[in-house]
Amino acid sequence: MKVIVSARNNDLDGEVDPRFGRGVCFLLIDLESDDYETIDNSSGAGATQGAGVLAAQKVAATGAKAVLTGHCGPKAYNLLDEAGITVYTGIEGTVREAVARFRAGELESAGNADVDSHW
Amino acid sequence: MAVKIAVASGKGGTGKTTVATNLAAVAAGAGRPVHLCDCDVEEPNAHLFVRPEFDERRDVTVALPVVDVGLCEHCGACAEICAFNAIAPMPERTVIFEDLCHACGGCRLVCPNGAISDGSKRIGRLETGAARGFRFTHGRLDIGQVRVPPLIEAVQALEKPGEFVIRDAPPGVTCPTVAALRGADFALLVTEPTPFGLHDLAAAVELVRALALPCGVVVNRDGAGDDRVARYCADEGIQLLPGIPFSRDVARAVSRGELIVDVLPEMREIFVSLLDAVTERLDHPDTVREVRT
Repeated sequence: MKVIVSARNNDLDGEVDPRFGRGVCFLLIDLESDDYETIDNSSGAGATQGAGVLAAQKVAATGAKAVLTGHCGPKAYNLLDEAGITVYTGIEGTVREAVARFRAGELESAGNADVDSHW
Repeated sequence: MAVKIAVASGKGGTGKTTVATNLAAVAAGAGRPVHLCDCDVEEPNAHLFVRPEFDERRDVTVALPVVDVGLCEHCGACAEICAFNAIAPMPERTVIFEDLCHACGGCRLVCPNGAISDGSKRIGRLETGAARGFRFTHGRLDIGQVRVPPLIEAVQALEKPGEFVIRDAPPGVTCPTVAALRGADFALLVTEPTPFGLHDLAAAVELVRALALPCGVVVNRDGAGDDRVARYCADEGIQLLPGIPFSRDVARAVSRGELIVDVLPEMREIFVSLLDAVTERLDHPDTVREVRT
């Protein structure tokens, strides 16, 4: 299983980016092999509108089954949900810590967007 | 001669509607075939002062894409062309975000399977009718709608050849204001003699110059601040038109929904000379030096 974490930079020990749509990048982490790859989000981060819409399409194309992030708006949430991806919000700390908590089953899925559009 | 005057300002609350409605009344009184168009469709208020009797009301719609799921192959061409990220092809269906869509029709054009057609979405209403000797039209944007320019363009579509059109533009210098200024012959910029007034006036001047529109400035609440706007206009070679003095009588009349030219004779004189100055300028566009940057 693969999970996506919104990240401040290309580093497992870097901070989780609190923004989903306008996050700096995404780390796509393979929970079986512990390998990860970085997915650029400059198009979303710089979009005049619909940043979450762009980011959600990008994430859906990776085949990830879960998204760990700080906050997620309604448009991005609906698209991720549509693609069968479970969203976890309120995540803080490093990417490595977030993945460890996910693995340990400590995280609770958001079930909904946690912020409004243009938050 | 057909004329289109747009009353605009960078700053909100400077007196655009006061100038537009009173100028319309004075121009109509002088025998001009006036058509006052309230293009501030997000917050139209000119009708409060001219009290029109509407004889026609109609819905204004824009074309929003509708996807035929049977024809869509989720190729993503629609999302690629969409500059507004309003359409997202997902594995099961293609999702459209109405509030992001600018109704440009790009997705319909690029879809290789003809899966996208034009639906119709109401954005607001148009009302037109007679008001105290002139024609009046305004648009009212529906609550929650963000597509402002198409409704402003629908208001302007009712302007007729030969009319003396006065447009009350929305404040600011963004897309709605640009839509209200487009096609005008002259921009009447209303401001107040304050630092905020000057700052936002300069932005409005930059906009009308980008649109190659001649402009003149009306100072409202003249005497309440200082002479910084007058100095700016002199430096920039912008015509300073007759202004409206800072006065408790004016404030009282406006707060009652009265036209100041109806209740204050000295205001009628000012608006008559404002109308003269604007028509003189339109008849002889070269009499005032225009500084272009």
